[in-house]
Amino acid sequence: MAGSTESGKPKRLAMVASKGTLDWAYPPFILASAAAAMDWEVGIFFTFYGLPLLKKELDAKVSPLGNPAMPMKMPFGSEGFQNINWPMPNILMANIPGFESAATGLMKKMFKNKGVATVEELREACLDMDVRLIGCQMTMDVFGFTKEDFIDEAEVAGAAAFLAYAAEAEVNLFI
Amino acid sequence: MADFTVNKELDCKGLLCPMPVVKTKKAISAMAVGEVLEMIATDPGAMPDMQAWSKQTGHELLEAKDEGGVYRFFIKKTH
Repeated sequence: MAGSTESGKPKRLAMVASKGTLDWAYPPFILASAAAAMDWEVGIFFTFYGLPLLKKELDAKVSPLGNPAMPMKMPFGSEGFQNINWPMPNILMANIPGFESAATGLMKKMFKNKGVATVEELREACLDMDVRLIGCQMTMDVFGFTKEDFIDEAEVAGAAAFLAYAAEAEVNLFI
Repeated sequence: MADFTVNKELDCKGLLCPMPVVKTKKAISAMAVGEVLEMIATDPGAMPDMQAWSKQTGHELLEAKDEGGVYRFFIKKTH
């Protein structure tokens, strides 16, 4: 079948997750869970700002500041109202206290209303399907994370170990 | 009318990508070879996704119906 290679080994997806904001937390977990659902082997290497996605309690946030393509939409009201994109100049956002947590709240609400799973649910689905979640040792040392900060299932490895894993993968992605 | 009986139903209405395929995989895992799962979704992306899922996993997509905003899939567990 197409989900395995000619030698009968399952296909493999190797990913690097390098970003930890709420918006960028989604793609690695969505792709990992979809691939695992197709019986692929999946490993995600979390490095730099992706590391907090391994924390026991996820607290990913999103900021429209310096993120000009992010639409600011209201998760309530009529459909027409919800589709309005509120233009927010950086100079304004940077000076409103609590703006980031408001934006995070809006995004979470919008995702929930549309039927998108939470990042927590997607990570749980990945763990259920034996996706390997691997923390980058070097950046853990730099940013002061220890293995105890992360979920029990998390592994720790270095660049060489990840590359050896990725060399055997049919699909490699850097996010 | 198709000549198979449905052994299990899975409601994925209101769920978006990738949950329909994730839940389908989980449901199929708990079934016996030869049994048929009926999965219902409202995510238009489920149509191409379920075709890809079937091709990748080898489980047979017996039928995929677009009922105008509701998508109905019949999947036979093959291994």
